[in-house]
Amino acid sequence: MTDADLAEMLSAIGVSSIQELFDRQIPADVRLGRPLDLPAGLPEQEVYAHLRDLAARNVSAEDEITFLGAGMYDHYVPAVIDMLLGRSEFLTPYTPYQPEVSQGNLQAMFEYQTAISELTGLPVSNASVYEGPSAVASAGYLARLANGKPKFVVSRGLHPHSRETLATYAHGFGAEVVEVPLKDGVTDHEAWAAAIDGDTGAVFFQQPNFLGAVEDAAALSAAAKDSPAVVVGQYDPIPLGILKPPGECGVDVCVGEGQALGNRLDFGGPSFGFFAATEAYLRRMPGRIAGETVDADGRRGFVLTLQTREQHIRREKATSNICTAQALNALAGVVYLSWLGRQGLVELGELLLQRTHYAREQLVALDGVAALHEQPVVREFAVSLEGVDVAAVIRRCQDAGVNPGYALGREYDEFPDGLLVALTEQRSKADIDRLVEVLGAAVAAERGATVGASA
Amino acid sequence: MQRDRATTIFEKGAAGRRAFVAPAVDVPEVDGAKLLPPAFRRDAEARLPEVSEPELVRHYVKLSRRNFDLDTGFYPLGSCTMKHNPRLHERVASLAGHSRLHPLQSPERAQGALELMYNLERALGEVSGLPHVSLQPSAGSHGELAGVLLTRAFHEDRGQVRKKVLTPDTAHGTNPATVTMAGFEVVKVGTNEDGGVDLDDLRAKADETVACLMLTNPNTLGVFDPNITEIAKIVHDVGATLYYDGANLNAIMGKARPGDMGFDIVHFNLHKSFTQPHGGGGPGSGPIAVSERMKPYLMNPRIVKADDGSFDLDDHGYEKSIGRLRGFQGNYGCFVRSYAYICSLGAEGLTDASETAVLNANYLLAKLKALGVLDHLPLAFGEVCMHEFVLSGSPMKRDLGIKTLDLAKRLLDHGYHPPTVYFPLLVDEALLVEPTETETKETLDGFAEALAAILTEAGTDPLIAQNAPYTTPVRRLDEAAAAKRPVIRQPLPA
Repeated sequence: MTDADLAEMLSAIGVSSIQELFDRQIPADVRLGRPLDLPAGLPEQEVYAHLRDLAARNVSAEDEITFLGAGMYDHYVPAVIDMLLGRSEFLTPYTPYQPEVSQGNLQAMFEYQTAISELTGLPVSNASVYEGPSAVASAGYLARLANGKPKFVVSRGLHPHSRETLATYAHGFGAEVVEVPLKDGVTDHEAWAAAIDGDTGAVFFQQPNFLGAVEDAAALSAAAKDSPAVVVGQYDPIPLGILKPPGECGVDVCVGEGQALGNRLDFGGPSFGFFAATEAYLRRMPGRIAGETVDADGRRGFVLTLQTREQHIRREKATSNICTAQALNALAGVVYLSWLGRQGLVELGELLLQRTHYAREQLVALDGVAALHEQPVVREFAVSLEGVDVAAVIRRCQDAGVNPGYALGREYDEFPDGLLVALTEQRSKADIDRLVEVLGAAVAAERGATVGASA
Repeated sequence: MQRDRATTIFEKGAAGRRAFVAPAVDVPEVDGAKLLPPAFRRDAEARLPEVSEPELVRHYVKLSRRNFDLDTGFYPLGSCTMKHNPRLHERVASLAGHSRLHPLQSPERAQGALELMYNLERALGEVSGLPHVSLQPSAGSHGELAGVLLTRAFHEDRGQVRKKVLTPDTAHGTNPATVTMAGFEVVKVGTNEDGGVDLDDLRAKADETVACLMLTNPNTLGVFDPNITEIAKIVHDVGATLYYDGANLNAIMGKARPGDMGFDIVHFNLHKSFTQPHGGGGPGSGPIAVSERMKPYLMNPRIVKADDGSFDLDDHGYEKSIGRLRGFQGNYGCFVRSYAYICSLGAEGLTDASETAVLNANYLLAKLKALGVLDHLPLAFGEVCMHEFVLSGSPMKRDLGIKTLDLAKRLLDHGYHPPTVYFPLLVDEALLVEPTETETKETLDGFAEALAAILTEAGTDPLIAQNAPYTTPVRRLDEAAAAKRPVIRQPLPA
């Protein structure tokens, strides 16, 4: 602002300084009478240099061959996504509350909803929620509003973050979470069926589950059919190219982490959560929904619809408190699915199936590495390192430029020597072979170290 | 903006067309049926679009041209702070060390990210006057949920069951929605004639059954409540907590702090005050900051700094934590942008931002008065304002025959995004205007003149505004029809 502007503006208002505006409104006893205790501002190039230096102190997926997954995956993000999301018309607009000037976003939401419906085999989809685990918790709230039952039955194959988030939300609205253990790598069907009763408001499982195993989703859903429970499945969207869609397995609400669909890792966010359901839950869905309509001239157009579910209309009666969701990330999702296309998603799924199988076969052939379970796996699998210190093995592998995956013992006491290995289309056979070589050496070295230590 | 018939991506392309080329299956191939039993397999493909890359690009570029955006137009949008998004932030957030960092990467290999988050926590703690910060919530409303659940944990820890949360009638809709979602009952508190909390009503309702009061200050009327210390005393005297909805923080950075006013919990909207682009409705980010007594309940994991200067994530850092509110560490990509903003502005710059936001709002108000706009759209409360103000379109509707919605739609033809309409709820035909600090005097003048022109035009022919807009990609849309028989996906051939 120029001095001339300032003088003119102050004069128009009729005050002598900006401070006078604050003094007239903020009582003296709550004014901050000192500068903020923060560093001085920096020119753009120095801020860039500082943020670049911080970035350089992280080991990213560009710096190592990584098999780390456990909920977020290093898929290739096509260049068109950067280009489209970087357009100011997608990057900088407000929520589409003025539909006449937001047709781009509203139509993209409509397309996104269509794509998610196709993927999940469920007829209705919202236009995104925050991310995977909070989507699970939102499904819990939907169940709470739908049937009011106080018990949630949750498979231990559900992502630990989803279970924790669900428990946090559920404590607020008064539901209790009961966990069902895993058996042979999948949800223990007997324990699952036994846990479900007339007080069960919702049941939750994950497909493929946290150990990478493909669950019998239809059987898990069927076990809840005589109870009031809403069947909630958290799905990885990428294997849905080849896996039976939740809509054909009796799932009522399908949620999931959308990061794998064209979103960056970003150290955990922003990404988006998807949320699809059977028709019966359309008016109980959280978040926004775009709908088709016509304008005053009869032209096709799109608006936010069924807004009476939302907090700005119904306030305390809303079906969620979500206001800002993840529109830009969901846009990346629909662009990504369009980029892959109908056949591409299938091919990607088959590629992951083959590579996952190959990697598992090669790893379990190593001395000291065993399969944690024998279930079918699509993109991720768990092995046991048979009594060695998994963290130490991981460190040795990382020193050799390979991140072998996630130490299951961080979340599962029952698998203290488990390692979870994730594949994407970015990990070639050569990368897998390198993993086998490095992990084999690391396990051998650790076993030697362990033997040495105990001798 | 682009005007042509809307066709979706699903109506384009042709069977077999594609953009993606799958990497070859380079491992020894095994019969897929053996790896995944047919019972678990999908029978019919998902009917995703089948388009080439050029088709894909053209489609979405055309869609983008049917949007209004902040880089090409002014958004004087109350309670939402639509200010300029510096492009440096996109550049730094895109560095591979930030954007391709896996959230489960071990802390010793994510030191830069943890340091950034630690520094951001400290900066937000200083701005709010509440030193303990969790970056985890994904949006302001998510931060609200965190705050209310923290309040629940606080009372439970003291063996108390408190059922009620007070929210002023001026509150954002997210406040009551959050309260219900967290299992509390909403009790409304009235507004006095100066636009602040009605103290008598508050005193009457504040008792030992109240868990919390949620307040925005300055509130959605653009009014800073002068009784804030008294309000804090009333609330604290009954053992309740005081929650600060940070939607309007942009008005007071460096000038006053929620912590100094007596608030226990505050949420920030990084996409408002700290320049994260709005993205058409997200991503956002809603960190919370709390006082000492609320600290034990914060969300884990906690970022901790060791004596040697290294950083770690402690899953049990807060001993009575309410738990987790989402996966991983929060919307880190947003943290990078907001941290870059804070580095760019520094202490003085953040204070300047709030000063200019308040100057701009008051100047715009003065300009509207000088142009006679306030004769038809009077200011609902007070004479000066903080960073936003509420006009009532009630006289305009009565005298000129156009509603606030008509005015908003006609503004689109003038190239402006309308202010927030019909909120706050207690002002009839409300128009909530927030110009922000990043707009110039010329822009404010232009907007004021457009409002004046529309009112003049309506004096001659109200039909023009009633049928607006005319120049947008579509004309006024039938929202009732969309809700009556919802079509929320593209029908596809089998």
